[in-house]
Amino acid sequence: MKLGKVALVAAALFVAAGASHAIAQQVTGAGSTFVYPILAAWSDAYSKQTGIQINYQSIGSGGGIAQIKAGTVDFGASDMPLDPHQLEAANLAQFPLVIGGVVPVVHLPDISPGELRLSGPLLADIFLGKVKRWDAPEIAAMNPGRKLPHLDITVVHRSDGSGTTFNFVDYLAKVSPEWKAKVGVGTSVAWPTGIGGKGNEGVAAYVQRVKGALGYVEYAYVLQNKLTYALVQNSAGEFPLPNAASFQAAAASADWDHAPDFYLVMTNAPGPNAYPITATSFILLHRDPKDAAHSAAALAFFQWALEHGQHLAETLNYVPLPPALVSRIEAYWRATIHVKF
Amino acid sequence: MNLARPRRRSGTLGDALFWGAAFGAALLVLILLGAIAMSTLIGGYPTFARFGFGFLSKLVWDPVRREFGALVPIYGTLVTALIGLLLAVPVAFGIAVFLTEVAPRRLAVPTSAAIELLAGIPSIIYGMWGLFVFAPFMANTLDPWLSNTLGVVPGLAPLFSGPPLGLGMLTAGIILSIMIVPFIAAVMRDVFRLVPPPLRESAFALGATRWEVVWHVALPYTRTAVWGAIFLGLGRALGETMAVTFVLGNSHDFNISLLAPSTSIAATIANEFTEADSPDYLSALIALGFILFVITFLVLLLAKLMLLRLAKQGAR
Repeated sequence: MKLGKVALVAAALFVAAGASHAIAQQVTGAGSTFVYPILAAWSDAYSKQTGIQINYQSIGSGGGIAQIKAGTVDFGASDMPLDPHQLEAANLAQFPLVIGGVVPVVHLPDISPGELRLSGPLLADIFLGKVKRWDAPEIAAMNPGRKLPHLDITVVHRSDGSGTTFNFVDYLAKVSPEWKAKVGVGTSVAWPTGIGGKGNEGVAAYVQRVKGALGYVEYAYVLQNKLTYALVQNSAGEFPLPNAASFQAAAASADWDHAPDFYLVMTNAPGPNAYPITATSFILLHRDPKDAAHSAAALAFFQWALEHGQHLAETLNYVPLPPALVSRIEAYWRATIHVKF
Repeated sequence: MNLARPRRRSGTLGDALFWGAAFGAALLVLILLGAIAMSTLIGGYPTFARFGFGFLSKLVWDPVRREFGALVPIYGTLVTALIGLLLAVPVAFGIAVFLTEVAPRRLAVPTSAAIELLAGIPSIIYGMWGLFVFAPFMANTLDPWLSNTLGVVPGLAPLFSGPPLGLGMLTAGIILSIMIVPFIAAVMRDVFRLVPPPLRESAFALGATRWEVVWHVALPYTRTAVWGAIFLGLGRALGETMAVTFVLGNSHDFNISLLAPSTSIAATIANEFTEADSPDYLSALIALGFILFVITFLVLLLAKLMLLRLAKQGAR
């Protein structure tokens, strides 16, 4: 009996030791819900090829920034770039991973995706609570001939801090001086009106459930949940469809040469085909990581993703980075991150 | 025999060790309680130093300008817990009376089991059910009905105004009441059964109806335990996080209407803690946690005082 118990404990320890060896092959990351769908797809494909698991927790960009600064994860993902001073202070390196878009979504009877047209200042007025009903004259002016119901607009925003929010309010601040003065820009703001959903998933769920709701989500969530999206007027006065082409048009106008540590926010990009609320997601890594092996594994994963993961990104409607930018990023790794990978 | 100090005789070492372990466990609980209180107070101290008592009365919640006020979360917590309690206590009482007085045995046993199963459902399931099933029901049926009937009565109109979102303080309160009914009902049922049969039978012999026996004999006899059960339910309702965060709407706007969205302390902390990016923001959230700790402590203190007073009056 006693020998049996000893054998059982020994076997358990052996299994635990084996399991801990497997856990050593795991890279941890946390942050943006925006990139969660593509990171999940990439890590699945990557682990099939190499056996290395990427464990990513989509807790929001602010959470990702906090966790990488605290050193509890190997990489952080954020839709809000940190400026070079903040990166220097925290000894972090930053590079873009994918480009996506933030799309307003609505719940209105008889409106199909892509039918409703809004302008930037009008979006700001709605989110400020100045325009309260769907049949308001400002909305009717943008949508002549369309019958909109006498329904209250229920604004749906994020209840948690988010890079998706950051890009959205950055755009609103650029097109509406009143938004910039009253509310400002951040991953979490004092929303003048509306209800808050947790994560992109929460906003999508609320918009689907509340009649007359208007929210904003990342484009991949629009596709996956088949939400009714609205068109936003860009700075050239056009209404581009939110898709890879219009995101890429916005990205093409970005001046990466003059952006140290890739610090660049692409909202309200110029050009007739540019989608106005295009967003880049960034990865944050330590420059001098305590756990060099895990950081090296993370960099190997990102190198694979940037060089070989493009078609997977396109199937989920993220915009892959142009090859010139990929080479620039890899040169940045060699210069800034002191790890052999 | 003085159990506090075991006498020296064979086998006393085991006694002493056991006494030490038990005392240590009790002491550990007290130490943990103190540690939690101290750590939330220390973490929230910068916020209290900046805003003083104004923190409790300010409506603003602005992470960009770092202006925080706890009034909306406190209000949401108290209102949803109160609605939950107001709806749960009569229902639990009815269930307990049904199970002890009215139901035939073959109905009482499965009903009892069902009530206990209800207590075991995880709160996030309640949240999901609330969001996917109950909130649409509220939005389509109950909210408009309340707006049309009670929303036109002069005194009550502000309480039932606003668009029928289906998400809000009333929805969260109803879901909380469903969650706390099993606890209160189970305690009430167990304690009603403990009423001595001679007491009940003599009341019946005097010609009392079943209701009169329950209201005038069983309930006064079990007053203490019933109040204890109610405060147990209130304690759970005050701290409930996931179910509330799904259906309360997470809005930091103050609104007197019960149909309007709001936020609770637990929901605010759960939503915003992981990405609170400035020390001020973090401190404000920890200060909210300390306030919830104080509210719960006050509720339990109130319960204890009330039970002491009832015990003096000679109830069970």
